[in-house]
Amino acid sequence: MAALLEVSGLKAFYGQTQSLYDVAFEIPTGGITTLLGANGAGKTTTLRAICNMVKTDGTIRFDGKNIRGLATEEIVRRRIAHVPEGRGTFTTMTVDENLRIAAYTRRDKQGVKDELDRVFAYFPRLKERIQQQAGTLSGGEQQMLAIARALMLKPRLMLLDEPSFGLAPLIVQEIFRILRRINEEEKVSILLVEQNAALALDLATHAYVLETGKVVMSGPADVVKNDENVRKSYLGY
Amino acid sequence: MEQFLQQIASGLANGAIYACVALALVMIYVSTDHINFAQGEMAMFSTYISWQLMTWGLSFWAAFVLAVAISFLMGVLIERLILRPLHNAPVLSIIVVFIGLLAIFNSVAGAIWSYLIKEYPSPFPKSSFGIAGVIGPHQLGVVMVTLIVLGLLFIFFRYTPLGLAMRAAAQNPQMARLVGVRVDWMLALGWGLAASVGAVAGIMVAHIVYLDPNMMAGILLYAFASALVGGISNPAGAVAGGFIVGILENMVAYAGNQIEKATGVYIIGNGEKLTVALIIVIFVLTVKPAGLFGRVVVKRV
Repeated sequence: MAALLEVSGLKAFYGQTQSLYDVAFEIPTGGITTLLGANGAGKTTTLRAICNMVKTDGTIRFDGKNIRGLATEEIVRRRIAHVPEGRGTFTTMTVDENLRIAAYTRRDKQGVKDELDRVFAYFPRLKERIQQQAGTLSGGEQQMLAIARALMLKPRLMLLDEPSFGLAPLIVQEIFRILRRINEEEKVSILLVEQNAALALDLATHAYVLETGKVVMSGPADVVKNDENVRKSYLGY
Repeated sequence: MEQFLQQIASGLANGAIYACVALALVMIYVSTDHINFAQGEMAMFSTYISWQLMTWGLSFWAAFVLAVAISFLMGVLIERLILRPLHNAPVLSIIVVFIGLLAIFNSVAGAIWSYLIKEYPSPFPKSSFGIAGVIGPHQLGVVMVTLIVLGLLFIFFRYTPLGLAMRAAAQNPQMARLVGVRVDWMLALGWGLAASVGAVAGIMVAHIVYLDPNMMAGILLYAFASALVGGISNPAGAVAGGFIVGILENMVAYAGNQIEKATGVYIIGNGEKLTVALIIVIFVLTVKPAGLFGRVVVKRV
């Protein structure tokens, strides 16, 4: 499998503070890769670096082409969808508008409608709330909306920042089931950042462990899962 | 009674102008958190452009459309060339730029067209327009034109994909980028639209206040009061605020006149209209800072 995203020598800076040190990883086409690590390890920063939302150095190759330094919106237009932490809901807009905004450059009305139907097949609950103000949705529904909106971009790669954050376990299970379906049925490759390491390692095919801005371990998910250090530090047994 | 209705009608006409300028202020405020102090002078400049086009032989409406289009370009260019480099500048620098723009537009207009007060035509036919004794033809025309413009803007922002993208860019720029919206261009478009709406207000009010480089100074204050009354972060509120302030200032003057007639004591009259606007500003800022229709935004620190 060729790599869809190849990151090497990635450094990231917040002002004078460096928070990533030569991070390197690859995301195989069609796979689910997870980034694990404690708070402040640089997981979110890595996702933000891919979309040029922080100051970076190094190389980020998507589909063989260097995308580092492109404007965020141009990176997104190459079909990398970023579901940020906190979900980024447009709170005063309706669910419908939140979804349509991701398709606003498209002129084919029928295409957008088909896309909406496809997305609603994954998230029937959103369809019921289509005219509701998005800010009034529950946390789980807003997370679904964020993923659904990312799907509207027809992504080849989806970056997910803690989709389980603050949600009830049942909702989290539902969302992770949908993510697996999206990966299999839509052939969307996924880069998942999670605090909940057990959940992430179940879903992912590959895993990287970050510590203070460096990759300290990587491998197939089941190998990482059985590593003693990972078990003690992140899985808690 | 007739006088009362006349005052309401003239309040509506003035209010329509305030609503347009207030909306222009709010459109820039919601996407940048800044009040464009030069908004009034930009509208004045647009009005001179339309006047110039008419002296070159264009009809009123042709000059109107062309001047609004030129104003749109002017707004876009100001954002791209002057404010873009100041993207991360402190608030005070940006305020200084706005005040600088105000002075520049004022003196350039004076230099090109002189400070002599000029008459400005009304495009609305005297005979068939208006309701005799209640609302004059120009007042009715102003209300109609501004309502059409406001309606078009509403449709644009509510129902078109580009309008949706502009709202998204204003509400959450970072997330807008993450769905592929070119936020920088949306800001420039917002400036263009604000300049256009301002131009409509300037062209409509010029017949009433006459054309001179300082014609918009008072109107900008009223518009600012309107935006505050409605809630500076709420476009629909700003429009409502415009009409409220327009009617209110006339009512205050009218009540003053009635009192003077009845008792012979002069308390308040036409001369104090601007004072009323300023009192409204101070009152709203102290009692209800978010405005009548504004939302209170709680910022986590």
